[in-house]
Amino acid sequence: MLKINRLIKTFAPGTVNEVRALRDVSLQIEKGSFTAVIGTNGSGKSTLLNAVAGSFVPDSGSIQLFDKNITSWSEHKRASLVGRVFQNPFAGTAAGMTIAENIALAMRRGKRWSLTMAINSKVREEISERVKTLKMGLEDRLDNPIGTLSGGQRQALTLLMATWLRPHLLLLDEHTAALDPKTAAKVAEITREIITRDKLTALMVTHSMQQAVDLPDRIIMMHRGRIVEDFRDEMKARVRVANLIEAFERVQKLDLFDHSVAEVLQQQYV
Amino acid sequence: MGIVLSAFTIGLILAALTMGMLISFRMLRFTDITVDGSLTLGASVAAVTIVNGWSPWLATLLAVFLGAVAGMFTGLLYTRFKIQMILSGILMMTALYSVNLRIMGRSNIPLLDTLAVSDTTESLIGNIAGTATHINIFGWPVSMADFSVFITALLICTLTGVALRYFLLTHLGTALRATGNNPQMVRAQGVNHNMMIVLGLSMANGLVALAGALLAQYQGFADVQMGIGMMVWGLASIIIGEALVGTRTIGVAITGAILGTIFFRLLIAIALRWGLNPNDLKLVTAVFVFIALVAPIWIKSLRKTIWGGLRNA
Repeated sequence: MLKINRLIKTFAPGTVNEVRALRDVSLQIEKGSFTAVIGTNGSGKSTLLNAVAGSFVPDSGSIQLFDKNITSWSEHKRASLVGRVFQNPFAGTAAGMTIAENIALAMRRGKRWSLTMAINSKVREEISERVKTLKMGLEDRLDNPIGTLSGGQRQALTLLMATWLRPHLLLLDEHTAALDPKTAAKVAEITREIITRDKLTALMVTHSMQQAVDLPDRIIMMHRGRIVEDFRDEMKARVRVANLIEAFERVQKLDLFDHSVAEVLQQQYV
Repeated sequence: MGIVLSAFTIGLILAALTMGMLISFRMLRFTDITVDGSLTLGASVAAVTIVNGWSPWLATLLAVFLGAVAGMFTGLLYTRFKIQMILSGILMMTALYSVNLRIMGRSNIPLLDTLAVSDTTESLIGNIAGTATHINIFGWPVSMADFSVFITALLICTLTGVALRYFLLTHLGTALRATGNNPQMVRAQGVNHNMMIVLGLSMANGLVALAGALLAQYQGFADVQMGIGMMVWGLASIIIGEALVGTRTIGVAITGAILGTIFFRLLIAIALRWGLNPNDLKLVTAVFVFIALVAPIWIKSLRKTIWGGLRNA
């Protein structure tokens, strides 16, 4: 389904700000699976997601989706296969436009652009119907600018828009991180509902260990641009938040070890 | 009456410019300075072709097309060559100055005894009204020629406004509006946002050139200097329009652009009548736009100090 092969990306190479965000990352995701990506800050988990979405061109390696090599596809071309929800609740919608107009855009994701009216009564009915499933009362406010809604409502709508056309792959980039705990739980619940209902293949970056344990059926842990742990199948079924934190501490200790060993070596030999 | 009618007529003609800038400034949020050059481009192309015996309608269409090409170049400078927004417009505007001189061959072309688009209307009205030379509007006699120009401008402006509203409500138009709102989101919805910017700037400058072509025919000449400061005039009209009717829907915003332009022309006509030196006109407009831009912030902070003071008392 999604095949990431030996992906390497270095930002600002050769400068003091050089960041080796992805160091030889390979990953395969099966159709219909829901995978969480966790990791420390700067571990490259968001970079991995952005690489799949096409925000930048990798230095080397390839990305395959449904047997199509999409490595050199532009971001907007990939949108025909990939649905996206961003961390920032304001990033996924056009604030100055109405709910209906925003969704009308999503309804034609990856299709040819036409000179027919974006919204007519039939489209409006269809929008109203699906917005109702969010149970937020937004179906009565279809003509309100989306900028007047709360972050949680906007995130729920972005999720609806991203999955409107059943994308081959759904990318969730810490999409509940900027919401208050109650709203975050609600959006997480909607996420689970939509993914199970439409049997979507999803890749989710998250900061919440609990979310990683609860929602997906596979957890990948990244550290310093590499995949360091992969909990799947029975292993994933047994994993608890405590196990994840333990794994975190292990890789962080390894880091410290690296440094102290380097120091000792320096003292002895230099 | 003459002064009011001419203010209305120029207002309706320049409404095309304001509608164009509504696309670039308000929908795409692109500060496009090409306007100063593409208005003159429209005027010079129309003038040269009309003097050479073209039909004024065909001449105007060619002007619109070439204006759109100019806008397309600005868009490409920005999207393909990654030149800053303002600089793309400045480069294009500067280049157009020479292009316009080349097109006209000199700095000014008079349009005396040539046909204009309003002549079609005049002959149509002549068929209905017979050989009358004047028509009565609210008790004022208005010459048939002036009246036809007004009607022509009204028709073109209305048609343009309706067509623009329709376009902005289509799928393509919705994508274009969203591009200015949130380019990241637009890409995520599978739209090439660079293409939308090029398309929007083409349309905007096509409309600006339409205003230029009509203006040249109305005032009876094309001049290489006529575009200077037009962008600020258009901006002033947009601001007035938004103050008059708001921007609740696309239709309202377009109506606002038209009404704003007319109102602005009326203000100018009155100010000139009261003895404003025409040389000061652009300074006054610039000051007006400055005030319109900063006033909302001042009012906000003023309100805060007043209400804050009351609350503390």
